Amino acid sequence: MQGRFRVNGKEALWTFEAGATLLDVLRENGVTEVKEGCREGHCGCCAVLLEGVLVDSCQVFAATAMEREITTSRGLGDLRAPSAVQQSFVDAGAVQCGFCTPGMVLATHALLEERPEPTEEEIAAGLDGNLCRCTGYVKIAEAVRLASERRRAGGNCGGGGGCGA
Amino acid sequence: MSAAPKRAFTVVGRNVAKSDALALAVGTERFTGDFSVSGALSVAVLLSPHPHADIIRIDTSEAEKIPGVVDILHHGNVPEVLHTTAGQGYPEPSPYDTLLFDRKVRFVGDRVALVAAETKEASLAALGKIVVDYVPLEPLFDPERAMEEDAPRLHGDDAYAPLPVAYDAARNLAGEIAFTIGDLEKGFAEADFVEEQVYHTHITAHCALEPHCASACLDERGRLVVISSTQVPFHARRTTARLLGIPTGMVRVVKPRLGGGFGSKQEILVEPLVAMVTWRTGRPATYVCSRKEVFLSTRTRHAMRVRLKTGMMRDGTITALSMDALMNAGAYGPHALTVVSVAGGKSLPLFNKIPNLRFLGRSVYTNLPVGGAYRGYGATQAFFGLNQHVDILARRVGQDFLDYVKRWHIREGETSPVFRALGEGKEGVDQIIRSCKLDECIDRGAEAIGWREKRGKRLSPAPGRVRGVGAAVSMQGSGIPGIDMAAASMKMNEDGSFNLLVGAADIGTGADTILAQIAAEVLGLSVEKILVLSGDTDVTPFDVGAYASSTTYVSGNAVAKCAESCAAQILDVAADMLGARKEDLCLENGSVRDLRTDKRVAFGDVAVKTLYGHDQFQIQAQASYVGSESPPPFMAQFAEVEVDLETGKVAVLDFVSAVDCGQPINPRLVEGQVEGAALNGIAYALWEEYRFDGSGRMRNPSFWDYKIPTLGDVPRLRTIVVSSHEETGPFGAKSVSEIGINGPAPAIANAIYDATGVRLFDLPFTPEKVLQALRANVPGQCGAESRPATEGKEA
Repeated sequence: MQGRFRVNGKEALWTFEAGATLLDVLRENGVTEVKEGCREGHCGCCAVLLEGVLVDSCQVFAATAMEREITTSRGLGDLRAPSAVQQSFVDAGAVQCGFCTPGMVLATHALLEERPEPTEEEIAAGLDGNLCRCTGYVKIAEAVRLASERRRAGGNCGGGGGCGA
Repeated sequence: MSAAPKRAFTVVGRNVAKSDALALAVGTERFTGDFSVSGALSVAVLLSPHPHADIIRIDTSEAEKIPGVVDILHHGNVPEVLHTTAGQGYPEPSPYDTLLFDRKVRFVGDRVALVAAETKEASLAALGKIVVDYVPLEPLFDPERAMEEDAPRLHGDDAYAPLPVAYDAARNLAGEIAFTIGDLEKGFAEADFVEEQVYHTHITAHCALEPHCASACLDERGRLVVISSTQVPFHARRTTARLLGIPTGMVRVVKPRLGGGFGSKQEILVEPLVAMVTWRTGRPATYVCSRKEVFLSTRTRHAMRVRLKTGMMRDGTITALSMDALMNAGAYGPHALTVVSVAGGKSLPLFNKIPNLRFLGRSVYTNLPVGGAYRGYGATQAFFGLNQHVDILARRVGQDFLDYVKRWHIREGETSPVFRALGEGKEGVDQIIRSCKLDECIDRGAEAIGWREKRGKRLSPAPGRVRGVGAAVSMQGSGIPGIDMAAASMKMNEDGSFNLLVGAADIGTGADTILAQIAAEVLGLSVEKILVLSGDTDVTPFDVGAYASSTTYVSGNAVAKCAESCAAQILDVAADMLGARKEDLCLENGSVRDLRTDKRVAFGDVAVKTLYGHDQFQIQAQASYVGSESPPPFMAQFAEVEVDLETGKVAVLDFVSAVDCGQPINPRLVEGQVEGAALNGIAYALWEEYRFDGSGRMRNPSFWDYKIPTLGDVPRLRTIVVSSHEETGPFGAKSVSEIGINGPAPAIANAIYDATGVRLFDLPFTPEKVLQALRANVPGQCGAESRPATEGKEA
């Protein structure tokens, strides 16, 4: 089937099998920052924001995501103007292999949109669906706190993402 | 051997951001699966449902009828080339016992056949149409039975070890190594008492988030290009070429960003499959393991049974120690010899004042998933037992564990006969310890965890809950001495920047950044001016790859040497330009300064002169390094636990790792390595586990059933980086990637004992096991401890 998708503000007409997942359709069409880690809806590497809501794209039929705003990590910022969250992950040393990072960045973004100044429990809950095997999460939690501070201070937001508070 | 610093460090020791971090956070970096290979065939693999069976017939006729199927591989149509999947130096110390596809399957998950088709749907549909007739054979699951005469035999007479090492397929012996120093019986006879315990570690998974994957295609001139998620690009090239029967030079292996390895990708598993399809069909091919395939069919941490027997005097002097390690290799033997060798080789030297010492390491086949390299590489399994054993011994002579370790551990200027006795496939290498700040690690870690306030106090925050603290110490290495070689090359550009080409494989560790920092420090240049390209067998020089904690030390030394050679060339040109003597010049901030006149010439001007001036040449160099020793990093790790006496649940409240890895090149990356390893080790201790049914089938091959920690599972987790100076390392550095996984399990076990007086000898410490041990009200659940239960209170 064919459908119109809106990814990071850009429209595209893509052909796909009726039963295809959003993950497969995105990756087949070059949206490779969305990673495949388990296809079980567990690891969060394939996370995207669907109308601002964090979902695992391997658990979403592509057909249900048509005509809806899909945001990936590249929609939050780019190399020249990274978002506060992305820059915070870099500065906190929260990126090791980086396979989980696009999903982590989106989860953090979604969390901070909802809770600009999250508690430790809220950080743990907000990133509960995103696995990382490299870091031990210490610096990921630091990155979330750093991003929260920076977003609230209003600086270094960059990118196309909403800067929240 | 590295550049002696003539000035304070400007780049080394700094928390430089990883060079790829921003691109990874944005999502522009590419992993293996992110390269679009147009028209690639999709590869799917049929796995054995049987733990042990002969294949008497494979019928692919129905599968071939599925539209889109292009090729089907199985034992009947691929060359029989015995090999090991272990990505190690050549000849490998692992047995050649594996065929790409065999007539026999040896574990549930073993490969039976492969389908290459136009789409993933077609390849999966075709798998279901392949008819295989198996004749089941008696399976062997118990490693203790493996060497018995009537045990089922896994491998035939054709399997062999390419190196002169102990290997006996007839007895299911995948590897054996042993040594004795002194007179063990005499040592035990002299002892005031003898302690003997048996410890069991279990099978676990690496869980790199990027599954194993590779793509292959033919380039414009018909050479085979393989893009792979590999820790060992050069070994992958060599083994792939051998399996295809083509010259090594016909294969190019490219390692892009890697989504984690931890040892799992030190294995040549996926490259030969896509390479074979592409070579046969001329079509590009791609294979991405499903998460279930990763669990069922790739590699695991070996289970090990470690029996420790120690003779001791009442003053704490150990008169004799015997370590008998039996490792479950699983169905094939990649790393079978070397992991069990490292179990002794990296643990026993830590206590180097034992006059009578014996080690026996045996690795045996069973019809279970295949063990491989996993961060810690046998040292983890050995330190689990050894640290508990030392805790038991110290308590028995009434000494504090930490005081005991500080009195008896190896020190600077000392050696251990074990270094020579245990190598990896050949004799080891004598070495003197030149840097060891383990005492400081112990003291600072103890302070952080509150050892003096908490040890032996059995604090109870609520009825039915009790707390304890425990510690563990460990060492690892920095590469395999005399074996691991790394090379680097550099060339200078017009703006004074350098391309640094290394064979080393950054698998997410930050190796590219570390190596750039080393080069930048030598050259007095900012780190952004070092442009690193790594792990492309056509472009970069050789490196054994990312394993054995080799990169910072071995590859780092190669880079330092290479950069020094470039620095010398810069000085030659600059001396001429400045009309100065070389010995009066120094390199700083990207320029050369005459110390007498303070005149400077920028690197860019030096480069432009050499490239475009008179008698042009390019400032460039290459260097190789092979370590003649393997300086160990040292670590002390501490756990505070709370045991729920009603449920048996163990919660880690606080975990501290204090590490001596020489001069940290990048302290934040050191912390990242240690924290990742520590959390992996905590989950290894408490819940991660392969669970099998009666036919050797893994029952939990998904992240839903094989849980790895999420952020909410992380206790307070701290890292203390204790600086030392390793004179043989680049700027004093040692490697650090593995060691952090060695301590959590024994530190937690020792903490549980501190809290409850109950000792746990079998990993993992699930609530069921802990409760069983608590209710049994005897210290331990297997391997009897030779003391009454009450003695636990004496600490």
